Amino acid sequence: MQLPIDSFELPNGLRVTLSEDHTAPIVAVNLWYHVGSANEPLDRTGFAHLFEHMLFQGSEHVAANEHFELVQRAGGTLNGSTWLERTNYYETVPSNQLALALWLEADRMARLVPAMTQEKLDTQRDVVKNERRWSVDNQPYGSWWEKLPALCFPHDHPFHHSLMGSMEHLSDATLEDVAAFFRMYYTPDNAVLSIVGDVGAEETRRLVDEHFGAIPRGNGRPPLADMAVTPTFGEWRREVVADDVMVPRLFLAMRSPILGSDEYYPASVAGAILGMGRGSRLHRQLVREQQLASSVMAFTFDLAKGSDLLILDATARPDVSGEALEAGVADVLDAMRHDGVTDDEVARAIALIATELITSLQSAQARADKLSQFATYFGDPSLVNRQVEAFERVTAPAVNRFAREFLGPDNRASLLYVPREAPDEVDDAAGGNVPGTTTHGEETR
Amino acid sequence: MSHGTRPAAGPPRPYIFPVSNREQLANGLTVYVVPLRRLPVATALLMSDAGAECDALALAGVGSLTVDVQPEGTTQHDGATLADAFEQLGGSLDTAVTWAHSEVSTTVTTARFGAAVHLLAEVVREPSFPESEVTRLREERMAELLQQRAEPRGLADDMFAHVCFAAESRYASPEGGEERTVAAITRDALVRHHGRYVVPARSALIVAGDVEVGAMLQLAEDALGSWRGDSAAPPEIAVAPRHQARMVHIVAKPDSPQSELRVGHLSVARRHADFHALSVMNAILGGLFNSRINLNLRETHAYTYGAFSHFEWRRLASSFETSTAVRSDVTGAAVREILGEIDRIRNDMVSPAELSLAVDYLTGVFPIRFETTAAIADALASREGYDLPGDYFDRYRERVAAVTAADVLRVAQLHLAPERLQVVAVGDPAIVRTDLEALQIGPVQLYDATGERMS
Repeated sequence: MQLPIDSFELPNGLRVTLSEDHTAPIVAVNLWYHVGSANEPLDRTGFAHLFEHMLFQGSEHVAANEHFELVQRAGGTLNGSTWLERTNYYETVPSNQLALALWLEADRMARLVPAMTQEKLDTQRDVVKNERRWSVDNQPYGSWWEKLPALCFPHDHPFHHSLMGSMEHLSDATLEDVAAFFRMYYTPDNAVLSIVGDVGAEETRRLVDEHFGAIPRGNGRPPLADMAVTPTFGEWRREVVADDVMVPRLFLAMRSPILGSDEYYPASVAGAILGMGRGSRLHRQLVREQQLASSVMAFTFDLAKGSDLLILDATARPDVSGEALEAGVADVLDAMRHDGVTDDEVARAIALIATELITSLQSAQARADKLSQFATYFGDPSLVNRQVEAFERVTAPAVNRFAREFLGPDNRASLLYVPREAPDEVDDAAGGNVPGTTTHGEETR
Repeated sequence: MSHGTRPAAGPPRPYIFPVSNREQLANGLTVYVVPLRRLPVATALLMSDAGAECDALALAGVGSLTVDVQPEGTTQHDGATLADAFEQLGGSLDTAVTWAHSEVSTTVTTARFGAAVHLLAEVVREPSFPESEVTRLREERMAELLQQRAEPRGLADDMFAHVCFAAESRYASPEGGEERTVAAITRDALVRHHGRYVVPARSALIVAGDVEVGAMLQLAEDALGSWRGDSAAPPEIAVAPRHQARMVHIVAKPDSPQSELRVGHLSVARRHADFHALSVMNAILGGLFNSRINLNLRETHAYTYGAFSHFEWRRLASSFETSTAVRSDVTGAAVREILGEIDRIRNDMVSPAELSLAVDYLTGVFPIRFETTAAIADALASREGYDLPGDYFDRYRERVAAVTAADVLRVAQLHLAPERLQVVAVGDPAIVRTDLEALQIGPVQLYDATGERMS
């Protein structure tokens, strides 16, 4: 199953990928800027995400909120998202509206600053603060995706701090910050544009050149702080959080090989054997047989720099303690590391992963986002066509090598939520920790 | 061309909703086959008219639990072996319940499709409902309900249904039931539910993807042709509002930084003739990002990350519902704005620009809704479950395009009833109670997280 791929680069550094598909009269336009929370100054946490909101507030030729209106009026869907190492903006529109979508993206890439006002910044700051309240502060376990990266990366590491940002830092953000961030990172040579759907190559190239060709190249960016970390944590670090939750929930992270490395594929297969589907080890043993957990899953963050994280997420049944849950999860990891995996388990995991990859590519926007991902991180969008075969090449010995190196107790970061009334129960296995406190290893970098 | 000029659209390219082939087997099972020439995948969805609307009131949630336990063992395989069989094919077995139907489904690559359909058929025809798995899954559902006591969004949704619909209506409880009713579900109840409602004449196999009609009809006959079972009539559903007058309901969640708000009331059935006009009206009021309610609460006032309205459709009734989470100290102000927007759309015709935005969006986005085999299978399941006409999707866009501003005004006046609105706020009573009382929109009642009244 091969997507047709046509890539080129404009003189100003914008890398463009086109994949034609005339099945439905729609086109997906997808833009990745290679900037994320990792690039924020440490006294401006949340800024990249706040900035993403500002991108929808208009540009020189587009009024406030007109971006959303124009795309929806054209019969399109749209959104954007901020992640640790990239920010994406995308819309899917009827294919006869390609020029509109490109014009909108080009206007905000080239001419955002004239439309930025203090009032817009103040409003979006409040909107983001509400988003923080809604997804983090007012949700059980909501703080996990702040606390887990903080536990897994050293204090000054670009992946350590909160992507949503603190209320204080959000309040500190200024209009000058917005302009400076824009000039630094929102330039064609720091961006990748992918276009997938019912459009012709010649016409698309012409439109891309017309709208983006004259945008000047950027003036360079500061390098990221050193992203290197040791391949494993070197210990089992723990944080216990007493919170407004009804049952314990454990997030157990392991450092794992980065997205795109050869070892990423056996790592993903190991994750699927552990926690993908009802036939996975964690589900069979913790949900079905021992009934310690009501749900359990495994996934990776898919980070392309420094280290990835393989994360297990297990929710305890009401009568089960956090300690018992964590011990149950650890037993499954220990057994897999000690006994290895079977060929059948590997075949099952590969079948699940491959089917999911192919199924997800039905959506033009999902395809476009994958093309942008491979172009941004590896400079080669055609890698999307080699993923299924890369997974199909994974063998049980390769998974076992991964398990021996990465699934041990010297590579675990446990973030355990427990109900407030419950006594602190986590047994210290890492040495010297008082239950209920945070421990971080000291990294030498 | 100067970069200041917004480009015009090219000539629109036609889109036709995929053609589906409909047959009925001798045993009464309906089979839909939708061949799609795209990627080498296909979705099989086996649905039955055995959804939440078929639950007896005292056993609300039995339909949901039935379909969840079906994959945990059949007369031929235990649950672990079944899961493994599906997953070796690369598919997961998904179960779901809606008000109108229950379903099992899977999506796999073409080469494995025949085997997947046979497994689906086994799960639907001959589940064994092992006692241990019934107990386990019932307890998992109870655990979910327990966890919801600390989860304000789910609390708000369930409380809203509870105050919209009379206690004797099945619609007052969630599709999955509530603690009291789920606790009472036994293995016998699941067996009965399955025996009465998961039968050929109440079921449909929907296949969408890289398949051929002839081969699929043969596959359906092989896997399901010998399936037998007699239908029974489900219980009647009472439809009545719980409260005749406007009221405010506060679910206490001390120290909440936000209030989860739901504002609305009981409304019309899915097949009502005003469905398309209501869809357009709702898009303008609170369905689009640039809707009146969202622009007001998010962009003008910055009270929230997002505010929306929608009709929660069911077969015999719906509920109209505005939904948002706002900073605790602006709870009263946000409710006032929502009530103001509901009044406004009832008092004056919407502008031509607002009307065209809603119509152009709903008609233009149509093909984007159906990119995947699963989306098409779901669309057919919905059409079947609500007993909509066979040409429902073919005619959708023209019926939306025919809606006028006068239609929008008429349905807003007829179907939005400010005097019956129920306001639910899950939040900190220390902050919100006085504000909500000060609005003087109706009596204010306080509840705890289990829905019990407090003084």
